[in-house]
Amino acid sequence: MSSESSVAARESENEFTTTHHVYEPHTAGLPPIRSYATELWRRREFAAAASQANLRAANTMTVFGQLWMVLNPLLLAGVYFLLVNILSGGGRGMDFFARLTAGLFTFYFVQGAMTNGAGSVIGGGKLLLNTAFPRLLMPFSAVRTAFFRWLPTVPIYFVFHIWAGNPWKWQMLAAIPFLFLIVIFSMGLAALFGALQVYFRDTSSFLPYLNRIWLYASPVLWQITDLPARMAGVAPILETVNPLFSLLGGYTEALTQGIIPDFKVWVIATIWAVASFTIGSLFFISREREFAVRL
Amino acid sequence: MSSLSGSKKSVPTPGITVRVENLSISYRTTFERVPTFKNAITRFGRGQRAVKEIKALKNVTFDVPDGTFLGIIGSNGAGKSTLMRSIAGILPPNEGRIEVNGRISPLLSLGVGFNANLSGRENITLGGLAAGLSRREVADRAEAVTEFAGIEEFIDAPMRTYSSGMYSRLAFSVAVHMDPDILMIDEALSAGDAAFKTKAAEKMQELRDNARAMFLVSHSMASITQLCNRAIWLHKGQLMMEGEPKEVIDKYNEFLKVGPSAVTLEDL
Repeated sequence: MSSESSVAARESENEFTTTHHVYEPHTAGLPPIRSYATELWRRREFAAAASQANLRAANTMTVFGQLWMVLNPLLLAGVYFLLVNILSGGGRGMDFFARLTAGLFTFYFVQGAMTNGAGSVIGGGKLLLNTAFPRLLMPFSAVRTAFFRWLPTVPIYFVFHIWAGNPWKWQMLAAIPFLFLIVIFSMGLAALFGALQVYFRDTSSFLPYLNRIWLYASPVLWQITDLPARMAGVAPILETVNPLFSLLGGYTEALTQGIIPDFKVWVIATIWAVASFTIGSLFFISREREFAVRL
Repeated sequence: MSSLSGSKKSVPTPGITVRVENLSISYRTTFERVPTFKNAITRFGRGQRAVKEIKALKNVTFDVPDGTFLGIIGSNGAGKSTLMRSIAGILPPNEGRIEVNGRISPLLSLGVGFNANLSGRENITLGGLAAGLSRREVADRAEAVTEFAGIEEFIDAPMRTYSSGMYSRLAFSVAVHMDPDILMIDEALSAGDAAFKTKAAEKMQELRDNARAMFLVSHSMASITQLCNRAIWLHKGQLMMEGEPKEVIDKYNEFLKVGPSAVTLEDL
């Protein structure tokens, strides 16, 4: 079965499969990026299957599982709606609630990607010890899981969009590229925290605090236009230091009001997404050799 | 898979399954069982470091021609597992070069256990996909794997419900059913009950006829003598000896100043 001929027979099915490998020291701690990327792409099915299996194991695909995926962020949106209403002395209507859900649901996608990503490498266990494969598949698979948990919230948002009487415009489509950028950004975050978690197993314990602060610093519970005059100086700072300011801000602006965000927002969002993806994955790849001896 | 770290185009050496040249491997690891940021900060305050550099292999060179069943012996911490991992491509070298011609199916750490909450079937699928097989190839093998492991009625149950014997039977079964050209086994033969051991031994004999090479790490000298036609002895990362299993084992026992006692001659 394992003769040359059976290997050759499989080659047609897997055009990249070769049975000849040479392992040499990495230059600058990184494997050759091109062959790494090729392998990563070729085994994308693993990332998909891992994420599907995890979703199945968590009963996400059942009716009540799906319901919970929606109910949880919805209840949170309700809580924040009350909170903001009380703090601002009331008077917030449905349009605010729609905006809140759009931002909050997507914020929880980023947070989910980060948390799942942090646990992804550690959770790989025996598979990492037994098999050579691009480890980056693990955090990317975690992002896919988070995405599929976010997906059922989309129709819910549109219910509130209609309820609030928000406009339907073609400009709303600008939300799609922003969503894409948010996914790319999250992949970098997942990789970064996945690698960190191997070295510091309590990384994920810090994440809830980080996430809470991040939520408050992002235009989810408040709008840039809501900022009181004495806080006006804060916005430009947040705009540059908080990636979600542009990413989420641009997304919600397009989705809820059908306004195409300013060119500046596009640029900052793109820079953040690319930077996060590049730094996160390169850091991950540079560390992944050690995962087998650190687990 | 095409090599994860293979850089230049190179031509396979004919007649050689694995060639290890001047291989040195070192890595940094931590003393702590569970490394945490909290501990790191505390230690930093005291000016201590828990990270230690381990030189696992030092300038090891050897060839494994086609048809070799290589036994790897040595005391704990000799670098046996590191050597296997580096040949499997899991731990790339710091110095030197490893050439591998063939598909490797490593069974280095007991258990396919990727995720205990997933079913046996899902774990088989994930392991196969990670190893670079296509979904169809994996599905084709899953039945045979299950049947050989003898866990048909549990295959769709979460692996946390498995007994340890079922775990190791499944792991062994996965490794031998991935159509390996090169099979690597790290002390996995003690797995399972007597009936499964016999079945495993038969399968190993069958693989001897089909696979191009096998690597076996074991403290059981009997297994090495029985299954291998060549052996290497590692000590503290250095290659001490290479040769006929009998000769190498004799030297090794002489070195340890123990004879072929009942302890080392345990059954398969």
